[in-house]
Amino acid sequence: MTTDHQLSAQGLGLGYGDRTVVTDLDLVVPPGRVTAIVGANACGKSTLLRSMARLLSPREGRVVLDGEDLHRLPTKQVARTLGLLPQAPVAPEGIAVGDLVGRGRQPHQRMFARWSAEDDTAVAAALEATGTTELADRCVDELSGGQRQRVWIAMALAQQTDLLLLDEPTTYLDVAHQVEVLDLLLDLNAAHGTTIVMVLHDLNLAARYADHLIAMADGRVYAAGDPGEVLTAETVRAVFGLECHVLPDPTSGRPMILPLGRHRASAPVPVGVA
Amino acid sequence: MSAVPVPQVAARVAQVAAGRRGRARRRRSVTGVLLLVVVALFATSLMVGQTFYGPGEVWRVLIGEPVPGASFTVGELRLPRATLGLLTGLAFGLGGVTFQTLLRNPLASPDVIGISSGASAAAVVAIVVFGLRDGAVSLVAVAVALATAAVIYGLSYRHGVAGTRLILIGIGIAAMLNSVVSYVIVRAAQWDLPMAMQWLNGSLNNATWSDVVPLLAALVLAGGVLLLLGRALDTLRLGDDTASALGIAVERSRLLLIGTAVVLIAFGTAATGPIAFVAFLAGPIAARVVGPGGSLQVPAALMGATLVLAADLVGQFLFDTRYPAGVITGVLGAPYLIYLLIRTNRAGGSL
Repeated sequence: MTTDHQLSAQGLGLGYGDRTVVTDLDLVVPPGRVTAIVGANACGKSTLLRSMARLLSPREGRVVLDGEDLHRLPTKQVARTLGLLPQAPVAPEGIAVGDLVGRGRQPHQRMFARWSAEDDTAVAAALEATGTTELADRCVDELSGGQRQRVWIAMALAQQTDLLLLDEPTTYLDVAHQVEVLDLLLDLNAAHGTTIVMVLHDLNLAARYADHLIAMADGRVYAAGDPGEVLTAETVRAVFGLECHVLPDPTSGRPMILPLGRHRASAPVPVGVA
Repeated sequence: MSAVPVPQVAARVAQVAAGRRGRARRRRSVTGVLLLVVVALFATSLMVGQTFYGPGEVWRVLIGEPVPGASFTVGELRLPRATLGLLTGLAFGLGGVTFQTLLRNPLASPDVIGISSGASAAAVVAIVVFGLRDGAVSLVAVAVALATAAVIYGLSYRHGVAGTRLILIGIGIAAMLNSVVSYVIVRAAQWDLPMAMQWLNGSLNNATWSDVVPLLAALVLAGGVLLLLGRALDTLRLGDDTASALGIAVERSRLLLIGTAVVLIAFGTAATGPIAFVAFLAGPIAARVVGPGGSLQVPAALMGATLVLAADLVGQFLFDTRYPAGVITGVLGAPYLIYLLIRTNRAGGSL
């Protein structure tokens, strides 16, 4: 797989009905890296991701994929380059895991073409990479939340796109499964150079796992860049309106935040404890 | 993955592929059995009646040899009737499952949400008030059914179409249109009544080749389009966002699917009247039989044909009085409708 697909937004304005969500937003997704978008609720981060996945047409500006306006490219062509895992995907009742993952092959299949050996290989590889091979013949309805999320990621992998967008892939998962899913995404990035863009809620996990952090506030990019530079007490204050300490993460050395809150602040928190 | 030795990878691929083939084979064989059932019912419809004709005699009629008695009874009476039953069943089954899959709700079938009622009302008015016949009736029925669909869609559209709102509005529209049918029939002239009654509860009585031809054309064209869009329909079950991310032009596919399914339902309704609940029942029964994972288009079409042919046989011969097929399917469908409503109610859903 190649890693030189360029995805960027130029002067992007987005909204629903008469509500404006994103205004005049510029950003560049670093190819072959892991990008995390963070921000308060309703700051427009999911809307931005939907637009970058071609699900929402811009009101102003454009999303550019490899020099072309994303929203003017044919759906199927986009689907071979750019995969998306929506926030709440729907599985048809009673579908087997193997068949669901096989749906990811859709953009590579022609109208009448039969299922090919290449399709089988891609599905098996996607199941393998997500550790769901054993589940292939099970019914999706019977799986736990963490297993189901891995199966959805497997479907996106079977699509074999160089770019993968994920809208809060860790929502509804307990902390162990959150880490498991993020580890899996980094494995993918390392093995295939897949460019990953994800919306995340947890600032600490975002700082830990992302190469590139985008902090959004009020429909604009407040700060973007290396997590070490972006995740500061000032950013958290501006983006979330929250006072916090920023400490180095003892595992990775990346920044880690500790919210102050109004209670239980009996002793001043020693800054820099590791 | 690169860490896994190659033979092991090949084994995994084979294992996953075998699972997929196994499921596909099971779907195919169950579909094959359904096809056999349809063929058997069709053959039975040709053989059974006031006089029984054996397979040999029926076959000779079919290939055009003159057989005393059978040539008329089988060739002129039973064959058009059975063919019409087969085709409407296929049309209702395929049209119904398209709606149910697209709107992700078994209640969203065209005979529950007023599309069939639109076609019925149009046909009754065309026959009783304007004295139209055959092809003209079909065309009016199709036009009004499309308009009904557009009205239901338009009324339920607010920030996208929500299934529940569409179903409730559709049920309301169906009630209005059914009252139009009742009103027109009450005012109809005596000699129009037998024909108009067909529009209250569909039946295969008085089937002629002139009923069959327009429906056959519609089934070939509209059915063909629906099968071509089968993969898009199947992918849309994953939700609009995922379908779009998988390269499906969501809005265009949906409009095309709904429009084509409406045409199919309208032609079927114009030919036999609204055979109650066939569109509503065929998809869910097919899903139970075939398993819900794969495409339900062909199984649901076959199940629709099974329901209509079986209901017609039962209605004609099982009781002292002859009942139209629609009465029999209605008796089957009503309890299922109640069951669905109770089940959704228990699950805490609003519909």
